[in-house]
Amino acid sequence: MIHSLFLINSSSDIFLEKHWKSVISRSVCDYFFEVQEKAGEAENVPPVIHAGHHYLINIYREKIFFVSVIQSEVPPLFVIEFLHHVAETFQDYFGECSESAIKDNVVIVYELLEEMLDNGFPLATESNILKELIKPPNILRSVVNSITGSCNVGETLPTGQLSTIPWRRAGVKYTNNEAYFDVVEEIDAILDKTGSVVFAEIQGVIDACVNLTGMPDLTLSFMNPRLLDDVSFHPCVRFKRWESERVLSFIPPDGNFRLLSYHVSAQNLVAIPIYVKQNISFFETGSSGRLDITVGPKQTMGKTVEAVFVTINMPKVVLSANLTATQGNYTYNPVTKTLVWDIGKLSQQKLPNLKGSLTLQCGAPKPEESPSLNIDLKIQQLAISGLKVNRLDMYGEKYKPFKGVKYVSKAGKFQVRT
Amino acid sequence: MSANSLSYNEQGGAESAVEVGLESTPTSSGAGAGAGADLREMLESTKESLKLEAMKRIVGLIARGKNASELFPAVVKNVASKNIELKKLVYVYLVRYAEEQQDLALLSISTFQRALKDPNQLIRASALRVLSSIRVPIIVPIMMLAIKEAATDLSPYVRKTAAHAIQKLYSLDADQKEQLIEVIEKLLKDKSTLVAGSVVMAFEEVCPDRIDLIHKNYRKLCNLLVDVEEWGQVVIISMLTRYARTQFISPWKEDGIFDENSEQAFYESDEEKLGTPQSKPYIMDPDHRLLLRNTKPLLQSRNTAVVMSVAQLYWHLAPKQEVGVITKSLVRLLRSHREVQYIVLQNIATMSIQQKGIFEPFMKSFYVRSTDPTHIKTLKLEILTNLANEANISTILREFQTYVKSQDKAFAAATIQAIGRCATNITDVTDTCLNGLVLLLSNRDETVVAESVVVIKKLLQTQPTQHSEIIKHMAKLFDNITVPMARASILWLIGEYCERVPKIAPDVLRKMAKTFTVEEDIVKLQTVNLAAKLYLTNSKQTKLLTQYILNLGKYDQSYDIRDRTRFIRQLIVPNEKSGALSKYARRILLASKPAPMLESTFKDRDRFQLGTLSHTINSKATGYLELSDWPTAAPDSSVRNVEVMEPVKEWVPSMGKTKPLKSDDKFYSDSGEEEGAGEEGTGSSSEDSSSSSSSSSSNEGKLYGLNSKHSEETDSSQSDKSSGHSDKKKADKKKRLQLKKKAKKAAPKERYQMHRPPTHHPLTQELWNLRTFTPKMAYTHTGKKKNRKQMVALFLCVQVSSPVFVPMSSHELLHRMTGKGLAAQYHFPRQPCIYGNKMVSVQLTLTNSSDHTLEDISIGEKTSSGQNIHRFSSIERLEPGASVTVSMGIDFNDSTQAANFQLCTKEDQFSVSIQPVVGELFLPVTMTEQDFRKEQGKLQGMNETSATITMAPENTSNQALSKKMVSVANMGVVPTGEDSLYRFAAKSVSSGDLVLVSVDLTDSSSGRLTINTEKTVIGSMLLRDLKTALAQP
Repeated sequence: MIHSLFLINSSSDIFLEKHWKSVISRSVCDYFFEVQEKAGEAENVPPVIHAGHHYLINIYREKIFFVSVIQSEVPPLFVIEFLHHVAETFQDYFGECSESAIKDNVVIVYELLEEMLDNGFPLATESNILKELIKPPNILRSVVNSITGSCNVGETLPTGQLSTIPWRRAGVKYTNNEAYFDVVEEIDAILDKTGSVVFAEIQGVIDACVNLTGMPDLTLSFMNPRLLDDVSFHPCVRFKRWESERVLSFIPPDGNFRLLSYHVSAQNLVAIPIYVKQNISFFETGSSGRLDITVGPKQTMGKTVEAVFVTINMPKVVLSANLTATQGNYTYNPVTKTLVWDIGKLSQQKLPNLKGSLTLQCGAPKPEESPSLNIDLKIQQLAISGLKVNRLDMYGEKYKPFKGVKYVSKAGKFQVRT
Repeated sequence: MSANSLSYNEQGGAESAVEVGLESTPTSSGAGAGAGADLREMLESTKESLKLEAMKRIVGLIARGKNASELFPAVVKNVASKNIELKKLVYVYLVRYAEEQQDLALLSISTFQRALKDPNQLIRASALRVLSSIRVPIIVPIMMLAIKEAATDLSPYVRKTAAHAIQKLYSLDADQKEQLIEVIEKLLKDKSTLVAGSVVMAFEEVCPDRIDLIHKNYRKLCNLLVDVEEWGQVVIISMLTRYARTQFISPWKEDGIFDENSEQAFYESDEEKLGTPQSKPYIMDPDHRLLLRNTKPLLQSRNTAVVMSVAQLYWHLAPKQEVGVITKSLVRLLRSHREVQYIVLQNIATMSIQQKGIFEPFMKSFYVRSTDPTHIKTLKLEILTNLANEANISTILREFQTYVKSQDKAFAAATIQAIGRCATNITDVTDTCLNGLVLLLSNRDETVVAESVVVIKKLLQTQPTQHSEIIKHMAKLFDNITVPMARASILWLIGEYCERVPKIAPDVLRKMAKTFTVEEDIVKLQTVNLAAKLYLTNSKQTKLLTQYILNLGKYDQSYDIRDRTRFIRQLIVPNEKSGALSKYARRILLASKPAPMLESTFKDRDRFQLGTLSHTINSKATGYLELSDWPTAAPDSSVRNVEVMEPVKEWVPSMGKTKPLKSDDKFYSDSGEEEGAGEEGTGSSSEDSSSSSSSSSSNEGKLYGLNSKHSEETDSSQSDKSSGHSDKKKADKKKRLQLKKKAKKAAPKERYQMHRPPTHHPLTQELWNLRTFTPKMAYTHTGKKKNRKQMVALFLCVQVSSPVFVPMSSHELLHRMTGKGLAAQYHFPRQPCIYGNKMVSVQLTLTNSSDHTLEDISIGEKTSSGQNIHRFSSIERLEPGASVTVSMGIDFNDSTQAANFQLCTKEDQFSVSIQPVVGELFLPVTMTEQDFRKEQGKLQGMNETSATITMAPENTSNQALSKKMVSVANMGVVPTGEDSLYRFAAKSVSSGDLVLVSVDLTDSSSGRLTINTEKTVIGSMLLRDLKTALAQP
């Protein structure tokens, strides 16, 4: 399956290589560099590249290319999913998945890769199991290790690997037993020039942080489970119970995990929390343009809209922007041609406005299209779909856990066309 | 030092030393070769921490792709280190360099062989992993033996590793195929979910064509699937897809409407079928249905690869009207990472050509965002175009209008092509599209204009009669267009329809004559073309012009153009030499040409299985396995029948309800029991003896008998070997030890020469000896002792483990006659109960064999006996013929008293009872031999029951006995050092009291069975059961 892995940074340096079968020369990456050059931007590099006798399947994350070498037929998603899993594991272990973090912890990275794949086939990928096999680094342990010479490799087979619940380790103990659930919803929307909705849907996830002693068996139920159109579960969730009773019944993994992702279909009406009035125009003569944007709250269910950002990718000919904002501040990056307006909180009384002129390159024809606006926002304590957790029950253990649910709504891919 | 390294690595040594030096950290002072020596010194120090530090640096070098091979001898010595981290890093190093330094690598083999016998399963597994990963051909026989042994290991984790090792050995030496297939066959029977994925992977790699190995395991794999880890699921599903295509008949309509690319025809045929009943109605094989049913929940997996593989399974195997279930999940994947989107969109593109109906409701999910990368945008566009039909075309065209204005010009061009495709596919909108495209001709951007011209050209060809206006317009634009492709297209258009624009055409030709020399080749060719066509239709005006152009073409640089010119001249200009052909010039050049079909680039992708690499790159990748066509006649389905393991029923008829085997059989195959047996005999001669006997005869004992014989054989052969060589071994060992001592004092160079064997063969011989010698060594070695102590400390707490063996037998709870159509069976899955830790989990299979739907099946409120029962949640509906499996928990209070309760439907109530077999009241525990003895010591006196037993000869071997024991009672096997003593441990479910069973064989046919437990009643019942079981063959 996966033959080798190369990690390549943005300046085309191969800074880590790992082979699970016989060694493949790093010159195989030349094919990749060729394609990368042709693609221009990193995002445009196709994920699957045919390279002579090999196939290169790559992902791009945190400014690093994870390039895996494949020699024979394998489902490409299998490899892609695995590579993302590797990146997430690094993130989990080192707090960030950056080149420097990987270089600093190269030994742990190697140990992890060794455990995660055997002969190119995934072996142990569940975070709970990996953490028992190889302990994540922290300052205290590295000090202790250097003094006592002890190591950060576990000596026994993680219990989870063998039991029927591979995601949870045995013998978990906490003094404070807590279970927190974050319901996070993202609104994906496309609005057209006039502000009417072309397409809108809600994608939600429930992220959990469960620190409970022993083997708790949890049941989470919703007030309105019918809202959920399509769901995907963490393997711990019992599918049969969901099918029959629409409750989430599960023995949770220890620590942080994503319990559920769901989709509220576009068929239902999606509340759009803000509206945008915009006017971006370029003049035929004089190499200039005008910009006028107003943002206001719309269907917010009585909550405040916070952390509002408006990002605009300007056409290449725009040299600079001379604007005034009635609220927040704006920046224009002339290299990437992005205009970012950081608004902050939206208030009902005074609508924030950004207005002014744009300077274009001299002599260039006026841009054909006016650029679209990408909106970012956040609403605390509200799930925009109206989803509500009804109750959380625990079976199998005697103590009383502390339970908490938090709701947040955000803008996902929220775009206003102009 | 470098001289030393040269002695065994002449080419690379000096150079690599320099490299290592360059990479050294500032702290390790010294330049050049000094650092390599530095690392070596650290590795040879006595301090663990220094060694570890050195290894970490070396791993750093490997990670950066630097050569560290010269340190091999220094590193390999640490392979036996007790520090686990150090050891693991040495393993990393070994696996990387062993291939290059084969002779030295052999030195480490004995360590692994020893570790293969370690009581800790993790150590056994990692030893096997490394042993199989060092690609040294000499050790192939050793690997083979290790794999065979690990395949029968008690730990599923080790067995999983064995499955991985199979692939490694196969890639190292393909000659081992036959033997490896045997191991695969054995592992395929494994019931552990941990092993399933890996062994199927091995199967796919080694012998994907041996479909016959799957038959017996098919149902098991289907049932295990949900519990297998995600990666294994992907592999199993894709294997089962291939399997199903060879074994079941097509669920698609015979009429074969499907390649017609219209789902309307499909629905029509459906209706047709409803109206006029077909002569031979299609009935899906229950196994086919089983696969579809068991994979469906996996569409909800968080792993995108799993979702995709289920989607392709449904696409290739499900009846067309059921494929729709996958769309929602696929659309969900579009929220995932960019790379995932790319693959999923590609697959959707292929699907949407054949069945646009299923994706149409999700059309808006494929709308393009300006932030999408280009390749995603093009794919979305492709799908939108495929989805277009009369109903939604206006929406799609409106959407396309936004895309045309995109800043990404490549994307805008692709959109124009898409519009062209919509226009040809849907005749209603052709005019609208054409007008829109003509408007685009005045666009500022050149690529957009050029693309429009090309597309308009294609569109006009489909209906040339009424569009002379557009051609005139384009001719006007001609001066401003510079893109060669577009210019060429306009020229072609004018030439083709020159009779419609008689005034403009010669003028265009005049202009072209002026600029001919500076045009691109493609434009020149079209100019020649145009000239020829005009000469034929309007020679009065254009004769001179044509000749001028033909003259220019004659002296052109490109031979294509010179060729073409020569050809055209001969064809159209009449002269004395001109042959018969020129008479037909008009018909050749001005023939009416068929309109081009604007087709999707994904049109022919469906020749590849969806979700595969080959599908993505649109060419056959190495190792791609074709999906076969459906067989025309269904192959015999009875090959999948597995003989139900029935230990309880056969041995202890007094306990538990005797369960009619028939019902099970009936479900799977009513007719062909005899047939099946016949087939078996002829069809699968290659299958091993145990499996073929299992299907033809229902005799359990025979199966075990064969197994035991097999293991006896290996046992005896091993002991033979060991006794034969034992003297030599001892001598060998002494010699080795001496050598080692000497070596420590001697200079490194000398040492390696001494260890280096003259040829390969004697060394492997030595290793073989060592291998068989290991058990003794394990106890004499001091380091080992320490390790054992640690082990004991680790295992002191008694842990409930997963069951060693789960009997498949189920018992009847309610017969369909008494249950008025509702039949119920129960089965002990031997899993810890999730509803309460004092409960025994029981699985009920409810089947509706009546002809009406049963509603609200549940367990009644009152129970007559005092047991605590966790009810399953009530089943709302059970369709006729359907069956459902539910699980419940019953606290039997550690007694075999039957649990009585009522099974209710909406109309009726049926009293039923479950009487447990004593063996099901336990949960297996793992403990060490020492713990076992300790606990046994506490349970002496009245807590002990024992009996002399006589054994059926088949049961005396190690394996057969264990198997027999664990099939009777849910116990864990305790590892034991003695030969004729077997120990098993369990705890009672309700009270948690330990139950310890030991069997001491005095001779081959008799022995003593002892049970120690506080629950004396249970103890004596268990004793009786075990005694009868062991006496039976």
